[in-house]
Amino acid sequence: MNTETDDILAIAAAWRAAGEQVALATVTETWGSSPRPAGSQLAVTKSGRMAGSVSGGCIEGAVSDVAMKTIETGTPQLLDFGITNERAWEVGLACGGKLKVFVEKLS
Amino acid sequence: MTPDILAALEQARREKRPVVLATSLPDGAQCLLPSPAASAELNAAAEQKLVHDDSGTVTLGSQNWFLHVYNPPLRIVIVGAVHIAQALVPFAAALGYGVTVVDPRRSFATDERFPNVTVSTDWPDEAMDALAPDARTAVVTLTHDPKLDDPALDRALKSQAFYIGALGSRKTHAARLVRLRALGHSDAALARIRGPVGLSIEAVTAPEIALSVLAEIVAVRHGSPLAQKLAA
Repeated sequence: MNTETDDILAIAAAWRAAGEQVALATVTETWGSSPRPAGSQLAVTKSGRMAGSVSGGCIEGAVSDVAMKTIETGTPQLLDFGITNERAWEVGLACGGKLKVFVEKLS
Repeated sequence: MTPDILAALEQARREKRPVVLATSLPDGAQCLLPSPAASAELNAAAEQKLVHDDSGTVTLGSQNWFLHVYNPPLRIVIVGAVHIAQALVPFAAALGYGVTVVDPRRSFATDERFPNVTVSTDWPDEAMDALAPDARTAVVTLTHDPKLDDPALDRALKSQAFYIGALGSRKTHAARLVRLRALGHSDAALARIRGPVGLSIEAVTAPEIALSVLAEIVAVRHGSPLAQKLAA
């Protein structure tokens, strides 16, 4: 799906063009009752701005922590969230779904 | 994402060109597809994703790729700059549709009634020829006037539009089908027209009718059982 009303890529690109340091998180795979389909995006800036969503709220906090690190290091990350993953319990993926999220810096 | 990739992706989207951003997982190397530099296998996988408008991960050999589909926006062509159209435009825009309103009657098709939306005052057949509805386009006729609705429906039936809806009662619709049949459209083709238009939610007001039409468009697009209502 990509018929998103909010154009997160455009927002991220505009932030970067305005001099912000920006990371982009994208859902790449889902299983079970994950609320957002593959392609859903969350943009995060070093200054703390956020736009979009990768889960409907469950894991945005954890993803934005990783996004901050990715902004620092420039190294992309592929994150797993799900009921088989202890970190998922920690961040509370209450829907019981599983998903993978790719986090990259807009260099 | 490199500045070059981002710029190329943004340019494709400005030009309303369907593209796929391929990301190698987990290392993050990226390219835009279709591309002569990519393997035939990867280009074919991207083409499939574009057709189904379905981003996702594929494995080719031992390599995982995330294929992110960037199709141009879905479109809706609204024939009839009437009250219901005024309600339909902002709803459709909120759902991410590119909206065009067609009505040659300039007293209806005014900027004041339709701010911030593309309005064509061409005759519906000419407007439809110019707009060239494709498989990512919905067409809705609202004028109640056969002189305006019929040529638009005729062109819509000759297109790949994924949704064709026509406002009007069952009686109006039955008469419309007789006229369109006389233009050479088969019963099977005419069954594509949703009339009376919209999901049955007992809509009364203009915004309610707009909601029922858009709900039906969403249902058709996603193959919901709700979309399987019988033609009148």
